Amino acid sequence: MSLTLQLGIIVGYLLLALAVGLVAYRLTDRTAEDFYLASRTFGTIVLLFTTFATLLSAFTFFAGPNIAYQQGPEWILVMGLMDGIIFAILWYVIGYKQWLLGREYGYVTLGEMLGDRFASRRLRGLVAGVSLLWLFPYVMLQQVGAGTALQALTEGAVPYAAGAGLITAFMILYVVVAGMRGIAWTDTLQGVFMLVTTWVALLWVLAAVGGPGAATSALAENDATAAFLSLGSAYYTPQWMLSTAITIGFGVAMFPQVNQRFFTAGSRTVFKRSFALWPILCVLLFVPSFMLGVWARGLEVTIPAGENVLPAVLAEYTPIWFAALVIAGAMAAMMSSSDSMLLSGSSYFTRDLYRPFIERDVTDRREDLLARIGVVVFATAAFGASLFNPATLFELGDAAFSGFAQLALPVLIALYWRKTTRAGITAGIAVSQAFYLSSLFLAVVPGSYAGWTAGMVGMGLGLVVTVVVSLVTTPAAEERRAIYFEGLGAD
Amino acid sequence: MRRLELVGWITVAVVLSGLAVPWFLWGSSTVVADLPLWLWWHIGWMGLAAIVFHLFAQRAWGIGIETESTDSSDEHGPDRSPRSASGGERP
Repeated sequence: MSLTLQLGIIVGYLLLALAVGLVAYRLTDRTAEDFYLASRTFGTIVLLFTTFATLLSAFTFFAGPNIAYQQGPEWILVMGLMDGIIFAILWYVIGYKQWLLGREYGYVTLGEMLGDRFASRRLRGLVAGVSLLWLFPYVMLQQVGAGTALQALTEGAVPYAAGAGLITAFMILYVVVAGMRGIAWTDTLQGVFMLVTTWVALLWVLAAVGGPGAATSALAENDATAAFLSLGSAYYTPQWMLSTAITIGFGVAMFPQVNQRFFTAGSRTVFKRSFALWPILCVLLFVPSFMLGVWARGLEVTIPAGENVLPAVLAEYTPIWFAALVIAGAMAAMMSSSDSMLLSGSSYFTRDLYRPFIERDVTDRREDLLARIGVVVFATAAFGASLFNPATLFELGDAAFSGFAQLALPVLIALYWRKTTRAGITAGIAVSQAFYLSSLFLAVVPGSYAGWTAGMVGMGLGLVVTVVVSLVTTPAAEERRAIYFEGLGAD
Repeated sequence: MRRLELVGWITVAVVLSGLAVPWFLWGSSTVVADLPLWLWWHIGWMGLAAIVFHLFAQRAWGIGIETESTDSSDEHGPDRSPRSASGGERP
């Protein structure tokens, strides 16, 4: 019963998404700018939810409550600082400036924006290459997750490879047809869906267990969880909480599918309105989903090995159809995060690597075609890798947020400090990436420094190297040093 | 004038980030109205942040980024009127 229902809901969701994609396709101009950026036309709600859904769907439903169940609810504070404050501020400091520049000069990717300012094809390629290095394994992990989930859901009737393959095929079809516009529309549906179901789930569970008072007392009375209520623990140290919030907060802003969304806003007002909504959205989503995980521990809900907490809680306290709806929705959401990554990955590849280095003169129409081919290549390669799930890629995907965070400070300095030189930013990016990669793979470079993570130390290193090298080098003659500082906002 | 305003807003941003985790409640397990006190702090602080962000968007949006009235070398024109609300909008 539950299986048929869950599969029915997933298939129903996919059909709905495809219908949305087809509507979006009919509205599409056949240009790369429209395919990647929906011609820079998004409104407040679509931009807010597409960024949010892209980013956090799987984490909110699965990994987040799992950690809360194991370690206590302090992750809520980390999320609040990371997404409610740091990312919101970057939304203005990086996002709004990028949007103005993108509108002025027609940029579609981060690499393009930097390459133009520093008159450097190599810098452009470096930024795209580094981004793809972290993005590719991250997409692979999503496919691994989806394949595994489908296998578990159908109790092996759909084997892992077939599940991951089906999902990849659907994603390719969807992204190639729908482009950014269709993806953002389904993201918006999902964002609303997630918000509503999380609250319904919370109220349902609390009603079943006798209210938040009873649930919290169960935490305090249970020996295993009595310490959960006090702020901080051996796991949640101040250094760890700050490192995590800062690296992920900055990393998010450099994740291609998020960074590229900075270019898609329809107007200045869209940015202004969505800015103030970030902290509110964080509270509305993370407090209920993480508290469900924590309370489940106090109530001694048993979690089968290797399974997620939220489905087990729902199975225990809510009707089967509701649990099925939430789980199916969460899986669909996981897939749609990958859609956005595929689209952005393909744009980084075609615009910043293929076009500058292989085929310089392409028409709009041809670039649009290349973009869609790029999606197929990227998704198929990630699927191929997911069949083997090699340890190196697994580790890279797992560390992707910190890897992207290494890009943030050199980019920020370039955006706000005129004296940044091409050598400075290139060195800042190269050194911090090299350092962080070494911390992952070389035993001689430690992963932790007095409680601070290597990701955090690498960010500091990138900052120092960018500034120092910029100070001791002179800008190349072709650099366009003024373009980030003049004529912005003029109309 | 504008520069002072910029420093003010940067200070606000730092304070908002710095107290997003209630360090002064570290180790406290006080429960108020069925939830830990520090969780109430989080909820309140996010609400405050939303209000502050809204005020920023209304009063100072564009500061440090848009160039007409934020050029830091141009400190001698404090009487410049703020940009019209449509500044930066696509026509």
